Amino acid sequence: MMLRTAGRWLLGPASGVEAAPAAALAAAAARRGYHERVVDHYNNPRNVGSFDKDDADVGTGIVGAPACGDVMKLQIRVDEGSGRIVDARFKTSGCGSAIASSSVASEWVKGKQMEEVGELRTREIAKHLSLPPVKLHCSMLAEDAIKAAVKDYEAKKGKLVKADE
Amino acid sequence: MKDRTALRIGSTTLRSRKYLIRRLPPPHQLPSGLAAIPKSPRGGAGTPKLQPSPPSAMALSRHLLPHFLRRGGPAVRALSTAAAPAAAVSSAEEDEESVTVKGVRISGRPLYMDMQATTPVDPRVLDAMLPFNLSRYGNPHSRTHLYGWESDAAVEAARARVASLVGADPREIFFTSGATECNNIAVKGVMRFYRDRRRHVITTQTEHKCVLDSCRYLQQEGFEVTYLPVRNDGLVDLAQLEDAIRPDTGLVSVMAVNNEIGVVQPLEEIGRICKEKDVPFHTDAAQALGKIPIDVNRMGIGLMSLSGHKIYGPKGVGALYLRRRPRIRVEPQMSGGGQERGIRSGTVPTPLVVGFGAACEIAAQEMDYDHRRVSALQQRLLDGIRAQVDEVVINGSMEHRYPGNLNLSFAYVEGESLLMGLKEVAVSSGSACTSASLEPSYVLRALGVEEDMAHTSIRFGIGRFTTEEEVDRAIELTVRQVKKLRDMSPLYEMAKAGIDLKSIEWSQH
Repeated sequence: MMLRTAGRWLLGPASGVEAAPAAALAAAAARRGYHERVVDHYNNPRNVGSFDKDDADVGTGIVGAPACGDVMKLQIRVDEGSGRIVDARFKTSGCGSAIASSSVASEWVKGKQMEEVGELRTREIAKHLSLPPVKLHCSMLAEDAIKAAVKDYEAKKGKLVKADE
Repeated sequence: MKDRTALRIGSTTLRSRKYLIRRLPPPHQLPSGLAAIPKSPRGGAGTPKLQPSPPSAMALSRHLLPHFLRRGGPAVRALSTAAAPAAAVSSAEEDEESVTVKGVRISGRPLYMDMQATTPVDPRVLDAMLPFNLSRYGNPHSRTHLYGWESDAAVEAARARVASLVGADPREIFFTSGATECNNIAVKGVMRFYRDRRRHVITTQTEHKCVLDSCRYLQQEGFEVTYLPVRNDGLVDLAQLEDAIRPDTGLVSVMAVNNEIGVVQPLEEIGRICKEKDVPFHTDAAQALGKIPIDVNRMGIGLMSLSGHKIYGPKGVGALYLRRRPRIRVEPQMSGGGQERGIRSGTVPTPLVVGFGAACEIAAQEMDYDHRRVSALQQRLLDGIRAQVDEVVINGSMEHRYPGNLNLSFAYVEGESLLMGLKEVAVSSGSACTSASLEPSYVLRALGVEEDMAHTSIRFGIGRFTTEEEVDRAIELTVRQVKKLRDMSPLYEMAKAGIDLKSIEWSQH
């Protein structure tokens, strides 16, 4: 009987300890793992797809490099009269943070003026998704994609204007 | 108290092994395949029986654990006040039986398909280890009492089992803490012992990090190291190896089975070359032990690193094989009381070593059966994926491969995003984003795999306890994720449109 109590006493804290690591593990996983917004964007990406590249009111930005693992293509459809972005589509090959960053970017540019969009900063995307420092380049890439799309649209418009003249 | 000496482990009361078996639910209540603690199927019976497969150790525990945990839970936890709040959380988790993985809650635990990282401990190995924790817990180096003698006898018996699996003499086996320590002793110990006459080491670019790091350390001490390149299929070029050997070469180190790509190197040929040139041949056989037949004499091996937790044994134990004829000398890396013939000081951990010995014994009996079964499962996995998804590349040679390791690259899909979607399958990737730096795996780069393909690789590990259902489910989940990611991938879109991706100039920042 004494042996049994002794055994229980010895293992009592031990079995309590095995409960604590379970809670700690969950916390560690949450810290180490992805923010739920990133997972959400990964599972339900918004605005995946393509516009026709040759449309007059579509600007296409492709940035990144397969060598570093991330490629983003962002397309915006701009309303000619008001200069407002009415729709956006993206396609990304990259890690979860890259997909989430481009998904967020495609959502945020909708309904904004083209000039406004240039002010979208990396840190806003990073903060929204709680990106760790090692993943900041994904949000930078998203910003670059937006800028490239805007530039492409303006270049197209410029060419059309020149062609008309 | 109506029961005799009883010990609580967690919330299970163990009186004896018989108790454990008697308390199993009756067979008709268990899912099929779990009707009994398995006995190993003996001998080669023509075709491998895939049903019923030896029950997964984790499936066994998953079904049995709630049965045990429900008994006497609160009584045990109440004793420790510090654990009270944590206990509440854990009981909630157990009740839901769900796990939070990568921010997502899934029911149950993921399928384990990462056998190269580690393997579950075989229940029979655990059975062998337990008495040495609970009752026969002596230090094997205690010479003066029964506890020491019986512990020592167990260690020597385990040593004999390990030796017989590789065709060695028990006096040539030295227990360590794992294959990393063995590799350190082998590389640094040999070169330092012969530092006056031998200044050169040859190894390959696909070795395990511990070998490469030890070589780098030696370079800082003034030795010279040749890192041999490998061919596209992962095999080392024998002519190149022979050319690289110099009169002052002190060691050739080539791993037997690669942990990332599963390629099996031609050990006999390498051993023959080394014997002709009188250079010690070291091989890291952590992934090879118990999976492919190893004979140190036929293969001319001088030193070999073995690991316990890759063959369904416990973690924290390994063994170094050191040839006696001709004797290979090493400088010990651990100073101390001179245990293990002075090669590795420190108390030999009897439970771990006994577990390692039991794992080797089981492996010797079941190697053929496991190999056939795992080959069939690998074929099933490969066929299942290839039937539904195109542009799948296998990294490494298919002919010279251990079947339990399948490293696949899916074109136009990035590895980390694929892993993120494979929430219910535990696999590993050679992708940059999963390593701390942003560089893709050095093994894949050594194979000459393009950087973009290196980013997309996934390694599936199949083992003794993998079932057909797990493989089928892995196929289903992988195919679904790959298709979804390819729909999202601009590279796939461009490739399907016929654009040559290599011709594009990418804008980087």
